Amino acid sequence: MIKSLPRHWYKCFMIMVCFWASAQHASAQMENDGIMIPKNYLCPGAMYSTSSWTNYWEGTFKRNNGNIGTLNTKMYSLMVTYGITKDLIATLGAPYVTTHASAGTLAGQKGLQDLSLNLKWRGYKLQSGKSIFSLFASLTGSIPLTNYEADFDPLALGTHSKNFMARGIVDYTYGKAFFTGSAAYITRSNITIDRNSYYTTQLIYSNQVELPNMSDYNFRAGYRSKYFIAEAVADISTSIGGFDIRKNDMPFPSNRMNMTSVGWNLRYRIKSLAALELTAGYDHVVAGRNVGQSSMFHGGVSYIFGLSKSKDQVGYKN
Amino acid sequence: MKKYILYIAAAMLAVTSCKKDIVDRTTQYPALAPANEDLNADTWKPVLITDPTVFTVAAPDAIASPAYVADLNEIKGYQRSLNSDQKAIIKYWSAGAVLRWNEIMRDLVAKHNVAPYQNLDGTYPAPSSANPFAYPQFPFSNPPYAARAYAYVSAAQYDALIAAYHFKKQYNRSAPYVNDPTVQALIPKSTLPSYPSEDAVVSGASVEMMKLLFPTEIDYIEQKAAEEKIYRIMAGANVRGELDAGESLGKQVADVFAARARTDKAGAAIGTPAYWASLQTKVAPGEQYWISLEVPKRPPMLPLFTKVKPFLFDTLTVVALRPGPPNSTNSDAFKKETAEVLYYSQHATRANQALVAFWADGIGTYTPPGHWNAIAADEFVKQNYSEVRWARNFALLNMAEMDAAIVCWDTKYAYFNPRPSQVDDAIKTLTGVPNFPAYSSGHSNFSGAAATFLTYLLPDRGSKFTDMANQAALSRLVGGIHTRQDINVGLTTGNEVGQYAVNRAKADGADSGN
Repeated sequence: MIKSLPRHWYKCFMIMVCFWASAQHASAQMENDGIMIPKNYLCPGAMYSTSSWTNYWEGTFKRNNGNIGTLNTKMYSLMVTYGITKDLIATLGAPYVTTHASAGTLAGQKGLQDLSLNLKWRGYKLQSGKSIFSLFASLTGSIPLTNYEADFDPLALGTHSKNFMARGIVDYTYGKAFFTGSAAYITRSNITIDRNSYYTTQLIYSNQVELPNMSDYNFRAGYRSKYFIAEAVADISTSIGGFDIRKNDMPFPSNRMNMTSVGWNLRYRIKSLAALELTAGYDHVVAGRNVGQSSMFHGGVSYIFGLSKSKDQVGYKN
Repeated sequence: MKKYILYIAAAMLAVTSCKKDIVDRTTQYPALAPANEDLNADTWKPVLITDPTVFTVAAPDAIASPAYVADLNEIKGYQRSLNSDQKAIIKYWSAGAVLRWNEIMRDLVAKHNVAPYQNLDGTYPAPSSANPFAYPQFPFSNPPYAARAYAYVSAAQYDALIAAYHFKKQYNRSAPYVNDPTVQALIPKSTLPSYPSEDAVVSGASVEMMKLLFPTEIDYIEQKAAEEKIYRIMAGANVRGELDAGESLGKQVADVFAARARTDKAGAAIGTPAYWASLQTKVAPGEQYWISLEVPKRPPMLPLFTKVKPFLFDTLTVVALRPGPPNSTNSDAFKKETAEVLYYSQHATRANQALVAFWADGIGTYTPPGHWNAIAADEFVKQNYSEVRWARNFALLNMAEMDAAIVCWDTKYAYFNPRPSQVDDAIKTLTGVPNFPAYSSGHSNFSGAAATFLTYLLPDRGSKFTDMANQAALSRLVGGIHTRQDINVGLTTGNEVGQYAVNRAKADGADSGN
């Protein structure tokens, strides 16, 4: 069975599931890398992440909070990627999320969060000697799967908005070294909360909340070979608008949430189990505004198989 | 294939990115067009003032005088070229002065309703009215503070309008658009004599009270008052002289209320470290007493608010209204009730989360009394009240809320009873736990008092307000904040306080003609 699979193995994780979960971590979503899978291949995967913070920023004021202690968010995601053509892949994913505060009385939350669909298209590829230069467009939409409570920060499962993200990606490899850079714009729909008035910088008598749109810049560089990827990642996400949490006030979904994180990812394919890929990574928020200074570990497993007898030879080192 | 990509991308965009302008429902209120001008309001019973003639309102300029003609020309000058901003100002204020100042109050309460951040040594700084701009800014408009603030402003507006009606009748000057047909009325016409201006009376009283209650906001408040004045002129509803006279009268009446506010003992409500420490010693031996659940432990909120001078009854009545003691913390009844709270905590449905969030009115909100003001405002808008009736109804509502706060605080600190989540730390809550004793529920007291008065005022609404009060109370049980006894007793006590407002309403002269 395994032998019937292609000799190469493919990166297929698409961990966009925790977009801005609890406004915390723009996780290691892989809608922003330069890796594809071949046409007519299917790659289901499962992913676990755990993210914690003790310190957070109210506006620019950094503090901890004895009434929260450490806030932990766990995500259990399932996703599947399909190769539509050799230059176009689609990924569907959804996470089950739990939140927990180690101190204070506020109740942790759990439930299915948002369903996301990503299309990644390679629009241009130029090979010259050991260099490969590629351009991608990546589009992601997400909608809430359940009626979870968005207005319960910092323990909410998510913002409960419908999001749309458009990203442009540049990928360059030279031998086994690579660099990927990308920029994205994210629009977020208004949300409906359970209250019919709320205070931002003034009282608003409505149950509708306008969430600021966001921008995101992502940079990754490292080593990419047939069986192994090691990369360093930096990510800068910025709210375009929104307001600061005042000193000792409660957070709110339409806060101005900015975050810069750095981290690393490893991906490893087991040679004897050609279709199986393992992923692990870590990242840490180094600067932020109205967000927790979280550290996240994630690990996952995926399995790729062809739906036809195609013998594509595309791997990490594409 | 490219087509498919485009289709899918377009569908994703359509599904996910729907940004619409948010409509604030208070911007939809129509212009005030009173069904009845309540011309006899000068005979209604005021709250504090006894004789309107002690206030100074100079006789207005004669209609033929150059001063009045100049005032009319100011109106005409504005009306020749109103821009969209000015039209928006007219639309905003035309909904009514009492209504808009009540909203401004709610906004300021929400803005200042944030508990102070701790000092490095784990103690907490207190806001100081003597140094209001220093952190933490004065005030921390928590529920008792807010209830009192709403009451003073509303009651001052009401008394100021009663005094204004006295002078309106005395001077009996017609509106600018009556005296000069070339002046347009850009808001519904009124047959009420226009000197002094009722809008300016309301803003004068409000500004003067709010200087005391929200001293860091004077700039903002003055700006609002100036905008309201210009609104009246642009709308052709008042000349400047009528506004100046009204503002002056409003301030004079507010001074009476400000003098009371300075001596009503609210300033000492925060207590002292020695007093905080003494509270637990009054609890019977063997009983669990309240402990702050905050980290670091925060002193209990305004323990001496219980001593504040009420509006609707005397301080002896406060003690008389105090309900009997809660279940002993050692009793089976108490354990059973705590177990019920735990059950709701562990079985939080989405519907319960929504109920809790809707009524939470915690940090950064206009507080439960503010919520009842918002509920009342949405109803009053439908009633086409005159300004003076708006003021009277808000005054009664907010005096009931303030007095409910006093009685509730008296109960809380007399029994110093622990929160369910203190007794059983497995009880997690769907909103923040307030930092004061549990018995009896503040939300239930406020809601019971408000619902009792509003049901009297608007009997055609049937059980609407009672149902809402029950929901507000229930939200505290299913949210893990209170036991069933806390909310039931709170509603009962609140209803009793509300009845004092009803009794006053029956006797103040405003309802006898209806």
